Amino acid sequence: MDAQIRVAIQHEDFDVAREIEALTQGRGDVGAVVTFTGLCRDEAGTLEALELEHYPGMAEDEILRVAQQAAQRWPLLGATAIHRYGKVLPGENIVLVIATSPHRRAAFEAAEFIMDYLKTRAPFWKKEHPRDGSIGEWVEAKDVDDSAAERWDV
Amino acid sequence: MSALKLSYFAWVRERIGRPDETLTPPSDVTNVGELIAWLSGRGEEYAYAFENAKVIRAAIDRQHVKHDAPIAGAREIAFFPPMTGG
Repeated sequence: MDAQIRVAIQHEDFDVAREIEALTQGRGDVGAVVTFTGLCRDEAGTLEALELEHYPGMAEDEILRVAQQAAQRWPLLGATAIHRYGKVLPGENIVLVIATSPHRRAAFEAAEFIMDYLKTRAPFWKKEHPRDGSIGEWVEAKDVDDSAAERWDV
Repeated sequence: MSALKLSYFAWVRERIGRPDETLTPPSDVTNVGELIAWLSGRGEEYAYAFENAKVIRAAIDRQHVKHDAPIAGAREIAFFPPMTGG
């Protein structure tokens, strides 16, 4: 199965409905669409914004690699991954993953796999800008993200 | 060893004080770990960035590598903290 893969690294927001449509319109073989959207939390009202830094070029390459691995592992018809960079405000989108397949299980699992690997392999870093005006801190990586990726045993 | 582009991201970039630079390491610097050790001796900003070297991630020509990876033939080496995207 040749999956339709799209990866984008952009500052602008994305439109989830339009991205789903791009994977489903004009075809009758898609039986399942799973989407994951990651948003910026306000951390109980203490966060003004997140600054997302990335490594241009490598960020695209790594996410594309992860999406291609998913397409080899599951019978996907399509996979889209979009990650924003720059300043993102609480309530705004950060990341979108869509997986389409004839059946739901592959779509669910592939979407989760792409997110798990994107978190540990894609070169992005978040810096918090607090509302009280104090100097922001870089978000620390979580061990739980590494173990989430490792369970797929790639 | 020829000239090498070094790129830094997130707090590694902030601590060193620049996003990238071109340097020519001495010929006895053969892998990523040795490059980190050599950089650490170049000044306190580098020593601060690499004070906990084992947490530092590296990429050679935009591919993740471990600290024992040879640097021969590399065009660009990047150093950065563990990633926090998604």
